Amino acid sequence: MSTAITHDEHHDHQPSGIMRWVTTTNHKDIGTLYLCFSLLMFFIGGSMAMVIRAELFKPGLQLVEPLFFNQMTTMHALVMIFGAVMPAFVGLANWMLPMMIGAPDMALPRLNNWSFWILPFAFAMLLSTLFMDGGGPAGGWTLYPPLSLQTGKAFPFVIFSIHMMGMSSIMGAINVIVTILNMRAPGMTLMKMPLFVWTWLITAYLLIAVMPVLAGAVTMLLTDKFFGTSFFNAAGGGDPVMFQHIFWFFGHPEVYIMILPAFGIVSQIIPTFARKPLFGYSSMVYATASIAFLSFIVWGHHMFTVGMPVTAELFFMYATMLIAVPTGVKVFNWVSTMWKGSMTFETPMLFAVAFVILFTIGGFSGLMLAITPADFQYQDTYFVVAHFHYVLVTGAVFAIMAAVYYWIPKWTGHMYDETLGKWHFWLSTVFVNVLFFPQHFLGLAGMPRRVPDYSVQFAGFNMISSIGGFAFGLSQLLFLYIVIKTIRGGVKATDQVWEGAQGLEWTLSSPPPYHSFTTAPEVK
Amino acid sequence: MLVRKRNLMQSALAGGGLLLLTGQAFADYALNMTPGVTPISKQIYDLHMLIFWICVAIGAVVFGVMFFSIFKHRKSQGAVAAQFHESTTVEIIWTIIPFVILIAMAIPATKTLIAMEDTRDADLTIKITGFQWKWRYDYMGGKDYEDSKFGFFSVLATPQDQIENKAVKDEHYLLEVDRPLVLPVGKKIRFLTTGNDVIHSWWVPALGVKSDANPGFINQSWAKIEVPGIYRGQCAELCGKGHGFMPIVVEAKSEADYKSWVQEQKAVALAAAEDPNKVWTKEELLAKGEQVYTANCATCHQPSGEGIPGTFPALKGSKIATGPIAGHLNRVIHGKPGTAMPAFGPQLSDSEIAAVITYERNSWGNNTGDAIQPSQVKAAR
Repeated sequence: MSTAITHDEHHDHQPSGIMRWVTTTNHKDIGTLYLCFSLLMFFIGGSMAMVIRAELFKPGLQLVEPLFFNQMTTMHALVMIFGAVMPAFVGLANWMLPMMIGAPDMALPRLNNWSFWILPFAFAMLLSTLFMDGGGPAGGWTLYPPLSLQTGKAFPFVIFSIHMMGMSSIMGAINVIVTILNMRAPGMTLMKMPLFVWTWLITAYLLIAVMPVLAGAVTMLLTDKFFGTSFFNAAGGGDPVMFQHIFWFFGHPEVYIMILPAFGIVSQIIPTFARKPLFGYSSMVYATASIAFLSFIVWGHHMFTVGMPVTAELFFMYATMLIAVPTGVKVFNWVSTMWKGSMTFETPMLFAVAFVILFTIGGFSGLMLAITPADFQYQDTYFVVAHFHYVLVTGAVFAIMAAVYYWIPKWTGHMYDETLGKWHFWLSTVFVNVLFFPQHFLGLAGMPRRVPDYSVQFAGFNMISSIGGFAFGLSQLLFLYIVIKTIRGGVKATDQVWEGAQGLEWTLSSPPPYHSFTTAPEVK
Repeated sequence: MLVRKRNLMQSALAGGGLLLLTGQAFADYALNMTPGVTPISKQIYDLHMLIFWICVAIGAVVFGVMFFSIFKHRKSQGAVAAQFHESTTVEIIWTIIPFVILIAMAIPATKTLIAMEDTRDADLTIKITGFQWKWRYDYMGGKDYEDSKFGFFSVLATPQDQIENKAVKDEHYLLEVDRPLVLPVGKKIRFLTTGNDVIHSWWVPALGVKSDANPGFINQSWAKIEVPGIYRGQCAELCGKGHGFMPIVVEAKSEADYKSWVQEQKAVALAAAEDPNKVWTKEELLAKGEQVYTANCATCHQPSGEGIPGTFPALKGSKIATGPIAGHLNRVIHGKPGTAMPAFGPQLSDSEIAAVITYERNSWGNNTGDAIQPSQVKAAR
């Protein structure tokens, strides 16, 4: 990126061209790499979603074999979760954390380089399995045995790529924690940190706690398949359901890994455009911590129909319902921040407001899913698909887009095209609802998830959903265009960028110097 | 009461404008869960509607305040930002109110859940086994049902032509089977679910039952069907390639009709009992073999016998299907461990295995000319 090159004079030994990116230890360069990688994965995972929606456009098998369909649903999830959403948040953390806490760079720059460069190899390997004998993994991203053990040649490659993704995440998380705890500017106490820093700090602890659990679970799959163990094989004294317990002990905190940084982003953006301080800062911090704690004791709600004792079902139901309390506090705080503000609605604010509304809708369906008896009817239907796409697409992905529009003037020194940004917002928001809202109805009417074909009674809403899907997918090309256009030029951004922006990152020039804060700022 | 609630919900949801797209029958646009036909399914429906309306009410308040703010407190309206940013009182209030609502919600949910899990004192027990990709029902009897002891497989009945869009899809496309599970109404039926190969999940929405079928373990659930009728469901846990193609059909009959159905089953079973020494003609074997192949083998190895390259081997011209008979028998009876090829020995009868092997060895250009007899299968077991 041209912005950083202008500051190359600080670094005499820096290689140019591709080697600059391969060897870089600069938090901004690595942030950019993460974000570009994430965008690429977003489009790859998105094209898999297009295959899924095209096959489901009408009843009958028309485009793909059922087995390939299952590979698409599995890979779509793995690519979007580990390739698009998580790296995007790490990219934002790399760019913004040092600038927000008044540091020159991340604490562990070489580790930072390594944790990024593992990812392209991990995903090249994962994606290559689609071309292997027997195709890619087709047992769902949850990899439940015994089904996942029926995977062909791809199996060990999938497991190894998940190990690599886990290593990358853990190293990224260590870097975030070390940076935040050690490199804050004088005067920036923990309770003065911006909310994005707080949510990332908590997220990093979640990552360190659960990624090794995932690694353990998939390693047990590997030994079951190749080394004669029977962890998950009843015939050898094991239990296939144990995998589900271990997986979801990782899986539920993972869900919050993908949403807590989004909470942080929205908590930065709403005060800026309401021109009013965030309402209930400390309650926001405590709510985030409570959600993180609760995330460890609710995993059973992913498996209510698996045959747990009634006492366990009751425990997981109550614990899950409790999450509504801190989540509610966050939503109320955002609305109170808007209340009596002086709001303007530039693209980042539009995405942030849409996040609050649509994420809350996803939260409502989450609350419905928490009611165990009702969950018996919802489990593994399109109602669940609608629920988690509301929290992950209109939740996590919308927050990432809000963050890009919010900070890209700072990153590039150019304002993005506001008219195009608004177009992108409205197209995305309208079509994402056409895409996912009817899936609630499909699930309630009885359509199971992960099926390549369905009964004729589901035809109407599936067609609407597919049309919404194609339009939402195409709208994202506009996002790509806007980002490229902004990088290449545009109206010069001021240092402050947004009238109501508060925080250390806005005291730096746009684009910021290569080593963000070479002398630590004083925070009062 | 229930009907009124449903209409309300439908009009509320239709307000979203999704129903404006016309051209198809209303039935294609079902919006909500149905109350079902068991006491539990009705309680679940009521819980579902209760939590739905609670969410609608909370949403109306929160989004109402938010949109009021969006329209009134905007800079273009000349709004000047207030600077308040904290209120412990307010934070405590909006922590406590949701908590109270949740407790109110948890009480009926707990009652229903405890009732759902109480499988004691069942009148009739059915063991349900999930296979890739069909269901097996074993009637285990019960205190007034001593003669309900038999079992059968239940396989998708939708013709392949309809799935491949070569024929018009009928009303129950993908939700029809060759042999439904027949149950008496008004009795407490206990279901024991397990899986043969991978995890499946037995789900019939109208019964309010969804029970995972885990290989090596048995889950319990129950239903008391109140209305005679046909209720349809599907496998709800991803179980591989045929996951979308293993429906469930439950036929609930009155006590008398159920009893006479049981007698029919006994008569049919008696008639079907084979003379193990009967010598079958090749034509008989081929005709029966094609049926067995379509129901058990065609999903993977394809009706054409060509399989799916890289995943499911072709039988057309294959080493096993054209090589020694002993190898072929062994593969069908014992399966191939570590792959999706199951052991069909426990699933199929001697004559079925003899027929399907004969069919495989004399179709798609395989022309060994062999006619395998059930006695050969018996010897190979």
